[in-house]
Amino acid sequence: MSALPQTARAITYREALRQGLRSVLLNDPDVFLIGEDIGKYGGCFAVTKGLLEEFGEARIRDAPLSESAFVGAGIGAALAGMRPVVEIMTVNFSLLALDQILNTAATLSHMSGGQCPVPLIIRMATGAGRQVAAQHSHSLEGWYSHIPGLRIVTPATIDDAAGMLRAALEFRDPVIIFEHMNLYNVQGELSVDAASINIERAAIRRAGQDISLITYGASLYKCLTAAEQLSAQGIEAEVIDLRVLRPLDEKTFIQSVRRTRRALIVDEGWRSVGLAAEVGMRIMEQAFYDLDAPVERVCGVEVPVPYAKHMEEAALPRVEQIVTLAASMVKHVG
Amino acid sequence: MTLLPTREHALHLLSEMLRIRCFEDRCAELYSAGKIRGFLHLYNGEEGVAVGVMQALRPEDDIAGTYREHGHAIARGIPMRSLMAELYGKLEGCCRGRGGSMHIFDRERRFFGGNAIVGGGLPLAVGLGLGERLMGRDAIAACFFGEGAVAEGEFHESMNLASLWHLPVLFICENNQYAMGTAWSRSEAETDLIAKLCGYHMRAESVDGMDVLAVEDRARELAEYVRHQRMPAFLEARTYRFRAHSMYDPQLYRSKAEVEDWENKGPLIGLTQRLKAENLMAEEDFIRLQRMANEEVDDAVSFAEQGSLERVEELTRFTYAEQTA
Repeated sequence: MSALPQTARAITYREALRQGLRSVLLNDPDVFLIGEDIGKYGGCFAVTKGLLEEFGEARIRDAPLSESAFVGAGIGAALAGMRPVVEIMTVNFSLLALDQILNTAATLSHMSGGQCPVPLIIRMATGAGRQVAAQHSHSLEGWYSHIPGLRIVTPATIDDAAGMLRAALEFRDPVIIFEHMNLYNVQGELSVDAASINIERAAIRRAGQDISLITYGASLYKCLTAAEQLSAQGIEAEVIDLRVLRPLDEKTFIQSVRRTRRALIVDEGWRSVGLAAEVGMRIMEQAFYDLDAPVERVCGVEVPVPYAKHMEEAALPRVEQIVTLAASMVKHVG
Repeated sequence: MTLLPTREHALHLLSEMLRIRCFEDRCAELYSAGKIRGFLHLYNGEEGVAVGVMQALRPEDDIAGTYREHGHAIARGIPMRSLMAELYGKLEGCCRGRGGSMHIFDRERRFFGGNAIVGGGLPLAVGLGLGERLMGRDAIAACFFGEGAVAEGEFHESMNLASLWHLPVLFICENNQYAMGTAWSRSEAETDLIAKLCGYHMRAESVDGMDVLAVEDRARELAEYVRHQRMPAFLEARTYRFRAHSMYDPQLYRSKAEVEDWENKGPLIGLTQRLKAENLMAEEDFIRLQRMANEEVDDAVSFAEQGSLERVEELTRFTYAEQTA
């Protein structure tokens, strides 16, 4: 790991996101923000706090509760030459804009024969764990990752929170940035220059030779905790943070699985037809003969996420599940 | 009654409408012959709207059309060859044959679709207007949509947002009275569209969409208002679709007498009669313009017939932009 700069200090994921936004607003006059309560209120999760005062109403635009219209407005402004960054409060509300995201943003480049790419960034909060129940706790990243034409990224670390937006602006495609609600208060130090952040590669967050834990978003921290517990049992897990769900960087996790010969996928999304199924199938296609154990998954239980704390916890991937399953896989003799 | 234009401009309007009519009639034949497939929605009867409105727009203005957009595209100046090749699914088509009838795009002419989702172009046009304003240009966005879109939530969202943010968007509602087979009165609690618009603090007018001169007159005034006041405006053009909704529609929802009645009020008949009455045009002029339109369509068909097919190896090309920012 590279030495931290002298000035390094712990910041929150929220502050890292804000630094990322501020940086692109300062560097590119075509960048502007649209979203519900991003200005006067300071952002539903306080990510955009202070930006209205610094950049003014023309560039920090509070939108009415009209998800379809303001996402569509982002698409149109992008076609006109601007670089809109649209915030949708949560992934649940994004369903009200799904027509614009799928039927327009994702299709225009291909359908127009390459004439009309849509360089639009959409940020939204995702995930469960704050007892906000079944209409505010979805993890639909896998769902969105089904759609050709979109780029889907899931910053899990402070560095990615700060740098992924700038990296996304290098593309002329619609990019959706999913920020897990449980990460906003996570603290850490910015360890790299945001300019070096890419949105093309998965990252190995912990090296190990016995099993690959493949995950993304807030589940990364569950996997890292599980890996420490497994280490105490003499099992060294490699932890892969997918970072980019579409286009999926399969090279990184396939190479890891070839080394460790075991793969456990951890995904907060529902199990059936989910992202974990896709990752698992790619392992089948490309690394089947390298495996020493069947590929396994720890996913969200297939229910609408309940309110009561103990029930919500039971509905989500848990560290002990990961540890138990991973240990049993390593002991499995193929 | 609107003032008559010069002979030259009047013949230009007539010629534009004839070009659309000939193109659409030929499309119907080609569909029956199996040359054009997919969904095909023809613009017969509504030519006065596209042609009238386009007179008010500049080359730098942005346009969002509907899935019944051949007329918008032709009136905007997209070459018929490029359009017909698109309907043939040929590489020489404006979208390389990927979009077809409902998804015509021509970036150079700032024609941003063709949209097969009813109401889907409304938020897009709001964004085009926003983009133009933020870029500091004085271009406006023109958004065509049918009255069926009025029932969509995106209509309300878009009217409100355009007005709230003072965006330069000219909304043109082509009220042809039927959303596919559902009559306007069977779909709306308030059938007075202008009364409905009162809630948005937006300038709104109705015009006889069968009268191209009236459409041009109102469109010119509203477009200048939008451009200079930097506020949206709304034009309802009352019109009628002469042909079926699409090529699959048996038209059980309206009578032949009703269709005939409207055909007699058609935009081509209306303008022709008026120009003849004012001695601005002779029968020979009409015949000449019609012949020229037919020749242009012949040429477009021949071009499309000779076109090539995109290589299958290119199937995934442009799913993502080829150039980075």
